[in-house]
Amino acid sequence: MMNTDSKPNYGVVPAPDSGGYPDDVLAAMRADAAQIIARYPRERSALLPLLHLVQSVDGYVSPRGIDLCADLLGLTGAEVTGVATFYTQFKRHPNGEYTVGVCTNTLCAIMGGDAIWDSVTEHLGIGHDETTTDFKITLERIECNAACDYAPVVMANWEFFDNQTPESANRLVDDLRSGTPVAPTRGPSKVCSFKEVSRVLAGFSDGLADEGVGAGPASLAGLKVAKAAEAAKAPEAAKAPTTARAPETMDNGTGKATT
Amino acid sequence: MSTQLTPILTRFWDDPQSWTLATYERHEGYQALKTAVAMLPADLVQLAKDSGLRGRGGAGFPTGLKWSFLPPPDGGPRYLVVNADESEPGTCKDIPLMMAAPHFLIEGAVITSFAIGCNHAFIYLRGEVVHVYRRLLRAVEEAYAAGYLGKDILGSGFDLDITVHAGAGAYICGEETALLDSLEGRRGQPRLKPPFPAVAGLYARPTVVNNVESIASIAPILLHGAKWFAELGTEKSSGFGIFSLSGHVARPGQYEAPLGITLRELLKMAGGMRDPSKKLKFWTPGGSSTPMFTDQHLDVPLDFESVGAAGSMLGTRALQIFDETVSVVRAVSRWTDFYAHESCGKCTPCREGTFWLQQIMARLEYGRGTQDDIDKLLDICGNIFGRSFCALGDGAVSPITSGVKYFREEFEAGMHTSAAELFPPAASTLFAKETVSV
Repeated sequence: MMNTDSKPNYGVVPAPDSGGYPDDVLAAMRADAAQIIARYPRERSALLPLLHLVQSVDGYVSPRGIDLCADLLGLTGAEVTGVATFYTQFKRHPNGEYTVGVCTNTLCAIMGGDAIWDSVTEHLGIGHDETTTDFKITLERIECNAACDYAPVVMANWEFFDNQTPESANRLVDDLRSGTPVAPTRGPSKVCSFKEVSRVLAGFSDGLADEGVGAGPASLAGLKVAKAAEAAKAPEAAKAPTTARAPETMDNGTGKATT
Repeated sequence: MSTQLTPILTRFWDDPQSWTLATYERHEGYQALKTAVAMLPADLVQLAKDSGLRGRGGAGFPTGLKWSFLPPPDGGPRYLVVNADESEPGTCKDIPLMMAAPHFLIEGAVITSFAIGCNHAFIYLRGEVVHVYRRLLRAVEEAYAAGYLGKDILGSGFDLDITVHAGAGAYICGEETALLDSLEGRRGQPRLKPPFPAVAGLYARPTVVNNVESIASIAPILLHGAKWFAELGTEKSSGFGIFSLSGHVARPGQYEAPLGITLRELLKMAGGMRDPSKKLKFWTPGGSSTPMFTDQHLDVPLDFESVGAAGSMLGTRALQIFDETVSVVRAVSRWTDFYAHESCGKCTPCREGTFWLQQIMARLEYGRGTQDDIDKLLDICGNIFGRSFCALGDGAVSPITSGVKYFREEFEAGMHTSAAELFPPAASTLFAKETVSV
């Protein structure tokens, strides 16, 4: 039975019993698991991807998923649980269809992440690690996601939404809830579901690698400056090849003063 | 003479479909591998040493030297593990590199594996960047199909498999031994060193753990020569690196430049401060774990030695820029939350220390600090620094000790006035700027 309590379960009460897997599901998972385990010289290395696989089926690390991992790798349920509880991407209770993470680490927080967080929590009426009653959105405060040049950043199912505002983030969660198509700033043309993304993280391609941009504008900022400098240097180099140097005005002449 | 940018790894990020094998091959891709497999592995290690390449993941340990620490082959497996767990606050270079040009990493990994005698390499990518994972899986697939991976690579008799492994959200897994434990299917907690990974790493076998950018730099070094690389940068910090500017700068982003460039030069290239009327207040040279700098440090050459001599660390060249609208106490308090959240719990100084630092920083941020709080903070920092199991604890105290060093009066103000009152947060946001004409 689906647990309707969206509060996190840190093991204080027993996790909801989701029963065993139906035979066909179990057979498919075992086949996938065999592929995962084959990638590693030692089978225990497969545990993290196997937990992602469990989440791709159950939407969280379920008791039956823990039992399956333990059985596959010759571990105890406690050993598997001990690993699962260490990592923030492994959910201890049923996750919404979309995990929306607002970066509130220092740089993003200051650039507007705190304001986005306040806005989205109020808009949805839920807090950190809580899920909307329609099970669409699980909201999280996340740590630095390595996109600081696009701050403030919001992640939806671990796809980048760059340079967000409170309004754009509210719109994002509304669209995700209503099923309106949304595309990440740097990522595929759509946001896949939590279960679909979990399957990718288990190491199974979904064929979307060639979608989206290679680099966003900030990633190209230095290249742009360098190319402008090269272009300025080229005619000079033709005139005086031994002493050619790029002029000082290589900052594209925006005229902005540095401190 | 002003320093020029050197786009090498970032060279073709603006190509359409920059991530594909076809694009990479149009830009000298896999040419270095062809040279490498005709060389002696020992000569490749020597080349890495001669280039002076130092680890780009933060610590700056010489890459070639690290490779040379592997014991002589004993017939058993040896491993290369690429640390792609980029999570240090402010650091955002490896993720765009792997998204835009993953084949730099794959080619570098094949060459490195050949050099160290490894037949199975791993790329440990943090799990929170699913599109980057897709790109890496695709790049590996393309490399197999082209014969750059698999059996008898380019007819050399050398075999290599690469497994791209997704983590599951834990900053500590960027620490190399915690990464290895995590890759072995355990909680990501650091190991006691020695033995170092070179002797007993993955599955207790000889292992090289290198950062993404270090490995990606290998192919260009091989193509253009160790001398070419060594002549870039400074004497002891050779080569180029990606500098990541973020925060209150007009054009944040990735700027690939020789080591030794200054923030003043980089800021100029990036169009200056976001709002030219607001002064630079503080910045990190290499992520939140490196002690902060102020506007006195604009001309410090950003190389390992100069940044060290000025009291910080080059780290990952993650330059987070904060202008005068920002409260140092608020910034440090949030970083402290981060370290408390990410402390793995293995050792007492870090686990307990970060917990108490977080309580005190919160008091100061809300203007409810006590007379003793600054001394107490520094005392706890002294009990964490150098006493924790791994560098996470050292990193946790850096923002606090450097913040108190340069901005003590702001911490003192935390005894009576909240940071939000002194520095209204709305003034610092990206959207605050949008209401002012550019």
